[in-house]
Amino acid sequence: MGRAAYIRRRLILMAFVLFGVTVVIFGMVRILPGDPAFLILGDRATDQKAAELREQLGLNRPFLEQYWMFVSGFAHGDMGKSLLYRQPVGDLVLTRVPITLALAGYAMGLAAIITLTFGIVAAVNKGRWPDQLIRIGFLFALTTPNFWFGILLILLFGLTLHWFPVAGFGETLPQHVWYLFLPALTLALQLSAVLIRNLRGQIIQTLRSDYVRTAHAKGLSERLILLRHVLRNALLSTVTIFGLQFGFLVGGAIVIETVFALPGTGQLLIQSITARDYPVVQAITVVSAVLVIVVNLVVDLSYSFLDPRVTYE
Amino acid sequence: MSEKALDVGPVQLTRVTPVIRARTIRLNRTLLTGLGLLGIVVLVAIAAPLLTPYDPIAQQFTDSFLPPFSPGHILGTDNFGRDIWSRIAYSTRLDLQIGLLSVLFPFIFGGLIGIATGYLGGKLDTLLMRVVDVLMAFPFLILVIAIMSILGPGLTNLYIAVGVVGWIPYARITRGETLATRHLEYVLAARTIGCSSGRIMLRHILPNVIAPALIYVFTGMVLAILTGATLSFLGLGPQPPTPEWGAMIAEGRQFLLLAWWMTTLPGLALLVVGVALSLIGDGLAENRGG
Repeated sequence: MGRAAYIRRRLILMAFVLFGVTVVIFGMVRILPGDPAFLILGDRATDQKAAELREQLGLNRPFLEQYWMFVSGFAHGDMGKSLLYRQPVGDLVLTRVPITLALAGYAMGLAAIITLTFGIVAAVNKGRWPDQLIRIGFLFALTTPNFWFGILLILLFGLTLHWFPVAGFGETLPQHVWYLFLPALTLALQLSAVLIRNLRGQIIQTLRSDYVRTAHAKGLSERLILLRHVLRNALLSTVTIFGLQFGFLVGGAIVIETVFALPGTGQLLIQSITARDYPVVQAITVVSAVLVIVVNLVVDLSYSFLDPRVTYE
Repeated sequence: MSEKALDVGPVQLTRVTPVIRARTIRLNRTLLTGLGLLGIVVLVAIAAPLLTPYDPIAQQFTDSFLPPFSPGHILGTDNFGRDIWSRIAYSTRLDLQIGLLSVLFPFIFGGLIGIATGYLGGKLDTLLMRVVDVLMAFPFLILVIAIMSILGPGLTNLYIAVGVVGWIPYARITRGETLATRHLEYVLAARTIGCSSGRIMLRHILPNVIAPALIYVFTGMVLAILTGATLSFLGLGPQPPTPEWGAMIAEGRQFLLLAWWMTTLPGLALLVVGVALSLIGDGLAENRGG
């Protein structure tokens, strides 16, 4: 299969997944026993209020019509009205998304630096103490609850040493970079833990290959072999995993935002759950799923450009 | 295939599939360290009432904010004067239970689904892969939070929410292994002598493909415990005053400068359990990979 056919197939699959995602989210409130109106308002709501809400959410219309309203609403950027804020959900969510995306992007950048540095050091020193130390260190990073680690960073670098602010995200770009450093680092360390294992393994495997032996035989310097020949091939699989972790990162960002009091999607989500603001919860779930789908598509496609040998099955 | 098949599978299964000989699990250093750590944790969970001098939810305001190593309170007390060590020890029971129960049903369900779709193939297999594609599109934590927001906070709902996506890794693993196994001679032989598909899947394929899924159980438990703690940190888990590590961390946040031990110590407990389980998983994988 050629690249064009592959891209076509990938897009069809994406359309299907999008359809599935909307069905899951649409079904989630309706499939459960009980009246969604009372679920949102609480048991003590009056019948009249419940009837009003049902009307507002369209819950009293036929099932398929409801689904159509839901999907076409989303397609037009109309995601209903927030029950708590009494304003369009779309505006509410979309103003928060950039903060979450900035945090996730920042974390990915930091993770790339950490992974490259420690992955190479570990692989080159395979079995010796730097390798062991990195392995143990990042085993801890992998199993540390990120919200707890974030709080420890706040305690140490924020409240005790006063190097970094403990909440908010600043006004200007340099301020953003400064304010978001600790939260991004929290996420990056956990992400790197997954990536370093992979990169280390890939480098060690590549170092054994014939063309690396040839490069040695030609008398190329260690540095050149490592950076030009080994890393380029070893990175391919790590980059794929990097992309696939985007969903994990968005999920992590939600929690970290509440720890560092960042006014992003996560904070809004937690607030909406407490307030039973279901339209907002729904919108955030859809938006985050769409982001993951798009990022995965981009990763898959870019992979085919990074490695011309990739065949499409 | 047969030699590497049954590293960690249930032993009685070797009886019905004589091709496979159960090999004893070799104890490497990683595995031993993990088992040792987990052993201590399990001991604390079982013996919590004997090891702790206080009721984990009894409040004693005259003793609030005592630092660690205070007389009578080895890990100090919280804002209500509750003994931190007692709360951490009792919470071990809860968090281990979360780890076990959120993995048990997804493991059984996912494992069987993976074998069935891998062996039978066809439309069933395509359907499974599409369902997986859809569920994987959601960021795990956001989907779990969204489900919890409908079901409401609490333990049972936590198991359901984690289970909705939790079965996927097991299904993927056993499906992949089954695909590699279904054309092997012993499966063909079983089919030739007229074994039913069900019998082939459960008696012949299952013992051979279950080991990698079992290894993943430990990673799954770490993930489940962390998810449980995260949800309870966000106020969606077991409700106060039930001692739970995530909730304890959340309670301590307001007193970060005043009583650092309130947040730091429960997190350490989480870390110990996570590291123990990860080491066991790694150790078993090392064993298998040789």
